[in-house]
Amino acid sequence: MNAGRPTSTHLRWWWVVGGVAVLAMSVIIAVMVGPYALSPVAIIRSTLGRLPFVSLDSGLSDQGEAILWQIRMPRVVLGVLVGSMLSVAGTAYQGVFRNPLADPYLLGAGAGAGLGATLAIAFLPASSAWFVDPLPLAAFVGALGGVFMAYVLGYSVRSGRTAVTLILAGVAVAAFLTAVQTFIQQRQSETLREVYGWILGSLATAGWSEVTLVLPYVVVSLGVVLAGRRLMDVLAVGDVEASSLGVDPRRIRLVLVLFATLGTAAVVAVSGLIGFVGIIVPHTVRLLTNASYRIIVPLSMLLGGAFLVLADVLARTVQAPFEVPIGVITAFFGAPFFAVILRTSKGVVS
Amino acid sequence: MKRLSILVAAIALGAGACGTGSSPDAPPPSTLTTTSSPVSTTAAQQETTTTTAADQAFPVTIEAPNGPVTIDARPTRIVSISPTSTEVLFAIGAGSEVVAVDTLSNHPTDAPTTELSAFSPSVEAIATFDPDLVFLSFDPNGDVIPGLEALGIPVILHPTATDLAGAYLQWEQTGAATGRSDEALALIARIRQAIDESLSSVPDSASDLTYYYELDPTYYSSTSSTFVGELLSGTMMTNIADPADADGFGYPQLAAEFIVGSDPDVILLADTKCCGQSAVTVGERPGWDTVTAVRRGAIVELDDDIASRWGPRIVLLVEDVVAAILALESVDA
Repeated sequence: MNAGRPTSTHLRWWWVVGGVAVLAMSVIIAVMVGPYALSPVAIIRSTLGRLPFVSLDSGLSDQGEAILWQIRMPRVVLGVLVGSMLSVAGTAYQGVFRNPLADPYLLGAGAGAGLGATLAIAFLPASSAWFVDPLPLAAFVGALGGVFMAYVLGYSVRSGRTAVTLILAGVAVAAFLTAVQTFIQQRQSETLREVYGWILGSLATAGWSEVTLVLPYVVVSLGVVLAGRRLMDVLAVGDVEASSLGVDPRRIRLVLVLFATLGTAAVVAVSGLIGFVGIIVPHTVRLLTNASYRIIVPLSMLLGGAFLVLADVLARTVQAPFEVPIGVITAFFGAPFFAVILRTSKGVVS
Repeated sequence: MKRLSILVAAIALGAGACGTGSSPDAPPPSTLTTTSSPVSTTAAQQETTTTTAADQAFPVTIEAPNGPVTIDARPTRIVSISPTSTEVLFAIGAGSEVVAVDTLSNHPTDAPTTELSAFSPSVEAIATFDPDLVFLSFDPNGDVIPGLEALGIPVILHPTATDLAGAYLQWEQTGAATGRSDEALALIARIRQAIDESLSSVPDSASDLTYYYELDPTYYSSTSSTFVGELLSGTMMTNIADPADADGFGYPQLAAEFIVGSDPDVILLADTKCCGQSAVTVGERPGWDTVTAVRRGAIVELDDDIASRWGPRIVLLVEDVVAAILALESVDA
């Protein structure tokens, strides 16, 4: 990794406390800020009133209660899930591919998920006709296809392979998949806007049903990557060394990529394509702690949630009452950040 | 903001908020389409009286929004790349001269639909129909009008009307350009009277009501400064989107919080065909069950196509909204 040899390998309690505190602060800010004015006192009273055995009148109207608990809260919770998942997925891709530039968006996972979803929207019967919504599944298959193509293309380069090679392959794959997707979209003009809404994404229409839709995928994916973070440290020293330690690098890679992509596709299905979260957050953690994956993965999870929740606060306030697509906010901060990482990562990967 | 530009294009085309929803699994059409239509029946009657139209004098010069357009002889091969123009042409009895319409022109059903695209009109594709007059609502890259003019094909640009007077002017020009001025003026008089009649039944108490007009399920809305908003201002209801449109764009995207917090009395859905929205789906949205319109069932499922065009069928939209207001008032009484 470009940050050099990690100096810390143990997760210190103050980092966890700090990460949880940042996340909690972000959530509190996000719950307080919105187009409908809710006083902090009313929010606290309403929250306490929801506790068992507490009977307290929040003083909010029916609409106020509904806005707080059915519109704003699920949006914040979903922001935490999406941000955590994208950050951890980015970390996992970076570890698996030993590539500091890897991001679900840049690796073709996003474009693949978009193509999968477009195919589902264009050619499958309406979602209501299905027992399970086929959209996330189609997105997952597409995302997996995108990452696989980027990986095969990137590693087919024999000489002069650097960290940038895989990203170039990812960009080429993403461009191709986006072209196919645009073509299908143009052929099916009646679904054009549905597809666009999906691709640019928004947490704006999210409710608890979206939260329950992604929660199982996110929990399982986060759990697998968290459990595998020690193995990602082993991978970082090289495949030969990893094998000598009794670890099968290929199997670890496969499992980590599968679950990182599954989680990515699930969150993309509810929030649309949101880029650069997987770059910004893990690298910031790395810069702050100069630590190993054992520390980066859990801290990325906490700070990723905080980052996306705050980005969403910006998305709905900078141009209020208009909402800026959240992907625009993350790209605004992420693209310059990516340029910095690109400049500092000159290392040739194996 | 690609998404926004798509919305703008859809509005410009009268394509419905998300397209035309022509798929077989689209939800059943709202009551609007099943209401007995004075327009479509009269359109059929007009067809039989087209012989008188040829008497009108040509050449004519139309002061179209794209500049003066001179038409030398009565057109016999008209191409319409605008669903609204298609509806107007058929309503004034010029349907028999229409040789091709774009993919989105789905009304009337006997319009000669082709693969011509209204989203990205192509000069070459239009020219293959050898037209002697073209109607267009949208020239996204500004190259279709000069391209057709270079081929000597007269083209009239009729962009999205911003008010009723603008729509009537377009209908009148459509009549003049096709040798059917009398029919066009009669159509305008008839629609104007029908709208006035419908609005006159609105009780004064409607000025206490608020409404939310939905363009798509991500809560894009239309303010009073848009065509449909201006049309509905005749009902005296207050549009909740107006305060959210500081820059006067006309189509703000509202936050769910804003809509629920505004607690509208009436909800008008213009995304029933494109996006499968209905009174049921609105009621299922998180938090919306507290909204007065949902509680009282004052949700009007509009026909997207009618709601997004500025053709003669707008009278049906007005009648449906007025019926919803009257239903609310009768419960109160």
